[in-house]
Amino acid sequence: MTVPSDQEVSDTGDRVDTAAPELVRFLTARTGRTWPPDTDLFATGGLSSLFAMELVVHLEQTYGVSVRGTDLRLDNFRTVRRMVALVDRLRNSEPGDHGA
Amino acid sequence: MTGQNTTPGAAQRLAVLGAGVMGTGIAALAIGHGIAVSMIDVDRRRLAEATDRVDRQVRTARLMGALPEGTRPGLLDVGVSLADVSTGRTGTLTAVVEAVTEDPDAKAKVLADVSALVAPGTPVVSNTSSIPIGELARSVARPEDLIGSHFMNPPYLIRTVEVIRGPRTGPRTLDAVRGLLTTLGRESVVVEDAPGFVTSRILHPMINSAVRVVAAGTASVESVDKLLQGCLGHPTGPLRTADLIGLDNLVDSLWVLHERTGDESCRPCELLLTKVRAGHLGRKSGRGFYHYEGDL
Repeated sequence: MTVPSDQEVSDTGDRVDTAAPELVRFLTARTGRTWPPDTDLFATGGLSSLFAMELVVHLEQTYGVSVRGTDLRLDNFRTVRRMVALVDRLRNSEPGDHGA
Repeated sequence: MTGQNTTPGAAQRLAVLGAGVMGTGIAALAIGHGIAVSMIDVDRRRLAEATDRVDRQVRTARLMGALPEGTRPGLLDVGVSLADVSTGRTGTLTAVVEAVTEDPDAKAKVLADVSALVAPGTPVVSNTSSIPIGELARSVARPEDLIGSHFMNPPYLIRTVEVIRGPRTGPRTLDAVRGLLTTLGRESVVVEDAPGFVTSRILHPMINSAVRVVAAGTASVESVDKLLQGCLGHPTGPLRTADLIGLDNLVDSLWVLHERTGDESCRPCELLLTKVRAGHLGRKSGRGFYHYEGDL
C-alpha cells in the first residue's frame, strides 16, 4: 500500500482550472443557485451534507477519478475551488496513490 | 499492511435479512465498523444491487466522518438464503438482523425460517418501526432469542437506536445486542413492547397530521417543514423526514398503529395514500414530498 496523498486540499491557490465552469454548471442545475468558487456549500443555509455524496459521484464519473480512503472527507467538497484542486491532484497522481 | 486486525468488530459476523433501505444501511454501519456481513434477500435483482448500495453508504458514512478512523472495513457477501451464504463457513453468527418490509406476516415468516436455522442463543433482531415484538415472538422457535431494534434512517448517521425488549426476550439476548450496538458506536435506549414503541408512536401520527395540514391547503410542504424546523427545532421537518423514512413504510407503520391502538390520528391520510399509489415513495424513489436525484 502506498502512502496516501490524502491531505485536506488547500484552498489558497489561485488557479481554478477547466473543471470549475462545468462544476459550477452542475451545481447550479442541481440547486438552482450560483456558487462562487470559495463559498462553503454546506454552511448554514446551504446544502444538506448528504448532497456531498452526489458531488463525489459526479466528480468520479465526469473526470475519471476515484475518491477513496481519507480523501473522502467533507472538507474536500466544501467549495468549488477545493473540489477542483482535489480533481487536479487525483488526475495527476499515479493510480493507487490516493489511499485504499 | 499486514498483521492482526485490531478493529473491535473484526471477529464478528452479522446476517442481515432484507437488502432494502434499512437492510443495506445497517449492513453499511456494520461494515464501516469492521464487522463482516452476510446479506440475504430472495429478490435476486435487489441482491445484485446490494453490494453497490452498501459500498456507496459506507463511502457516504466515511465522507460524513461517521466511521472510526483506521477501521478495516468488514467483508460483505450476499446470497438468497442463510444456507447459501453459510456453505463452507465455520464459526457462529454474532446476530441475525431481520430488516424485511414492515409487514407483520412477512416478518413472521422470515423470522420463523431463520430461527429454525441459527444456533440457540444467537440473538435474532427484528428491525421494525412499529410491530410489537411479542406478536412476532409467536413465530420463532426460541422467543428468548428475539429482540426488537428500531434503527433510524440512515443508520450510519443517527447514533441512537431504540431497542425493544419483548415480553419474552431473555437477558442474555438484551446484553448481547446492547454490546453489539456499542461496537457499532450506537447508543441504545431500551423500551418496553407496544405498537410503535416510543418514537413511531409519537412521530408517525405527527407526520400524518403534517400531511393533513398540506392536504387542507393551510400551508405548503416547504412552509410546514420550515415552521417545524425554525420554530420547534425539528432537524429536518416532518415531511422531509417522511421522505427519508419512505412513504410506503410510513403508511404500513401507520396501519399497524391504527389497527392495534384504534387511534384515528394513525389512520393514513388520503394524500399519503395517493402518493404511495403513484409510486412517489420519498427519497428512495426520487420523489415524495420533495424531488431527489442521486439515490443514497
